[in-house]
Amino acid sequence: MKTYLRGSRFAAALFASVLVLAACGGDDNDTSDDNNAAQEAPEPSDEPVHLTISHNAVRPDVVAVWIEDYVIPEFEAKMADEGREVTVEHIEGGVDDYKTQLALDLSVGEGPDITSFDQFWTAEFAAGGLIEPLHTVVGDVVNDWEGWEQIPEAVSGSLDVDGERYGIPLGTDGRVLFFRTDLFEEAGLPTDWQPTSWDEILDAARTIQSELPDVIPMQLNAGVNMEEATTLQGFIPILLGAGGDLYADDGWQGDTPELRETLEFYSTVFDEGLADSDMQLVTDGRDRSFEAFADGNLAIMIESDYLWRGVINPDGGFPIENREDLVGWALIPAKQPGAGINGQDFVSASGGTGRIINPNTEHPLEAWELLSFMATYEAQLDWVEREPRITAREDVNEIGIADDPMQTFVAEEVLPLTWYRPGFEEYPQVSEAIQRMVENVIAGRSDVDSAAQEFHSNLEGIVGAENVSGG
Amino acid sequence: MTADDGRRRNDAAAPGHDVPTGADGEQPGPAGGGTVQPVLADEGTTSVPEPEPRPKADATAEVAVINKPTAIGFVAPALGLIGVFMMFPAVWALYLGLTNYRVTGTAAREPEFVGTDNFTRALEDPLFTSSLWITLIFMAFSGVVGQMGLGFTLAWLFRRWRGWTRRTIEVLVIMSWIIPGSVVAFLWRAFLDGEGGTLNALIPGDVTTEWLLRQPLLAIIVFNIWRGTAFAMLLFDAALNTLPPSHLETAKVSGASTWQTLRDIVFPAVRGHMLTTALLVSMWTFNLFTPFLLTGGGPNYQTEVLAIYVYRVGFGQGDFGFGSAVSAVMLVINLIIALVYFRVLRDRRKKA
Repeated sequence: MKTYLRGSRFAAALFASVLVLAACGGDDNDTSDDNNAAQEAPEPSDEPVHLTISHNAVRPDVVAVWIEDYVIPEFEAKMADEGREVTVEHIEGGVDDYKTQLALDLSVGEGPDITSFDQFWTAEFAAGGLIEPLHTVVGDVVNDWEGWEQIPEAVSGSLDVDGERYGIPLGTDGRVLFFRTDLFEEAGLPTDWQPTSWDEILDAARTIQSELPDVIPMQLNAGVNMEEATTLQGFIPILLGAGGDLYADDGWQGDTPELRETLEFYSTVFDEGLADSDMQLVTDGRDRSFEAFADGNLAIMIESDYLWRGVINPDGGFPIENREDLVGWALIPAKQPGAGINGQDFVSASGGTGRIINPNTEHPLEAWELLSFMATYEAQLDWVEREPRITAREDVNEIGIADDPMQTFVAEEVLPLTWYRPGFEEYPQVSEAIQRMVENVIAGRSDVDSAAQEFHSNLEGIVGAENVSGG
Repeated sequence: MTADDGRRRNDAAAPGHDVPTGADGEQPGPAGGGTVQPVLADEGTTSVPEPEPRPKADATAEVAVINKPTAIGFVAPALGLIGVFMMFPAVWALYLGLTNYRVTGTAAREPEFVGTDNFTRALEDPLFTSSLWITLIFMAFSGVVGQMGLGFTLAWLFRRWRGWTRRTIEVLVIMSWIIPGSVVAFLWRAFLDGEGGTLNALIPGDVTTEWLLRQPLLAIIVFNIWRGTAFAMLLFDAALNTLPPSHLETAKVSGASTWQTLRDIVFPAVRGHMLTTALLVSMWTFNLFTPFLLTGGGPNYQTEVLAIYVYRVGFGQGDFGFGSAVSAVMLVINLIIALVYFRVLRDRRKKA
């Protein structure tokens, strides 16, 4: 029924041929037929309620374990105490194209009641009418939640579009340089390494190359198979270090000197063999890079703190038993001191995730209760005890990461100077164009000039020529 | 005993041989013949009126006793199904291809009609052009040359074998065809892997070549030959069984070499089967997505056949409009391939 409706609206929209301005990413707040949300405050259901929750992870991933072992039993017990029968089912994710799958599910009125959600999808999903603001789906009750006061403005806005909240953010992260201190020691490099320029990164990598020929000196994510990792923990920190910004007042960064400097850095790294181009091109390259780092076959990586808490941790996919002794971290330097964006000496980029409620849910109130339950102090504390990380809640962070030097470093040193992705619906397409550009450079398909020019014209195709700078 | 066996095999194969070859295109293959037929009906453009491919006499007699309305009544359900499950999606894809419809974003909610923009964009995209070339190379070498060549060779070599040896060979070959694609892809990735792959272990010396990175196109071609040879082999096996044994005996007695026998006796007799097989294999290979499981279309688009290209732009980038446009282009290319084969088939028949 719903698909039929969509089809007819689609056809009608075709003939209407509305002019949509690119790069405004706005959500016109008309309530469409798809929106079966109750505007008045919903009442708790008398009937047994069954909720589904999905997260793109499977056991032994910490989140999957936490949902199954803590959230579901605790929430069901809490509801039972109130005399309500609510059951929760965890739908395991773990697929490559989670986002597309979710978009298709939502577009036909299906999908889990609650799902994990990446901050940078919000604008495009909202513009597509696939998700609705919490207030629309649930009602006024969402504004009364105690947790909002605990979430700093910068973080709580990460799932906002046009000032409307679409979900509850979970936390944030930061990108740093990770390095193997044991390999540095072997190569005669300082184990408290903190490079202050690109050249110092390159020199360290060259030293590794000559001293330890069997070790891959560094890893710089660079390929379509790495997806968003290529953009966020490769291209963006380098671009910021060159003083560029992906999106500034005069539009998106096209073929500019900063962009070319960024590509030159890639080309230097890969032409000199300081990083392994094969690793970027295979389908499981990111896992291979994790494995190489864990096995001591890779010395330097630009990565998210996810590497520390979710990959090389004792329960992670590629554990390093005594990671405190073997792994060091440093801020990512600008090209030269002061050459970074806003005149910064060091740069970083941050993403964030959260959870949203499916606008098609049959039980908006119960879904909200589960969503907000997962973001309570107790629940979040249980989560960070399993995996210390920076959550959205400040009261949790005071305790949660106190014993973790790496996470503390991110919270204190990285977040003050970090950068967030622009909240436009075109961003994911731009990101994909970036991945292709970088891959073409490191695979030898294009030189820096032609890759930059090609990216520029791709960018014009995505956001419109008037919104692209440089060229 | 063996002769008796052979005759029984003949009988089994006979029904297949009775069907005029042109109709074999109707076999549910990729882009089935159903879509091709209307184009065939439009033969007014050709200068030479060509004889209808006639079914066997007894079949015609049966058709003659049914009046038209009854015949239409019988055909209607099938046509209805074809309309719903084949024609409609094709037309819908064509229609989507004229819009900027996306999975997410504003264009998901309010798609606009963009005319032929998607098609011009495809033709201007160097990755589309290279993808088309890759697809044609892949089709020619893995499908037509590889699967058919190897399939015929196997069918010819084992044509006189009987009993358990033959069955073992058949099982082995068919196995590669019927194991699910994802399983097969996993096995091949393990086989071609650089670190500890079986292939590198078989090569003397300390080899750590990443075959899927160094020779990606060759890898998927060899993979697909291995995968699809069984199909060609079975068809050729049936075709060879239609050869009267006496012809081969005569050739042997008159001292013809193997090559002469093949050239003068076998090939002319199975030419129709060859073309039919070529048509099916070509279409099959042209639309194949399986290489994705091995290489994901990489490294750096070197194995991105059109099916993977469509997947990447449609699902990877969420650009359904553009993906549909490219799908429509693929459909047209399929039709062209089919028409070429039908033309060749007809010419053969005229000569005969």
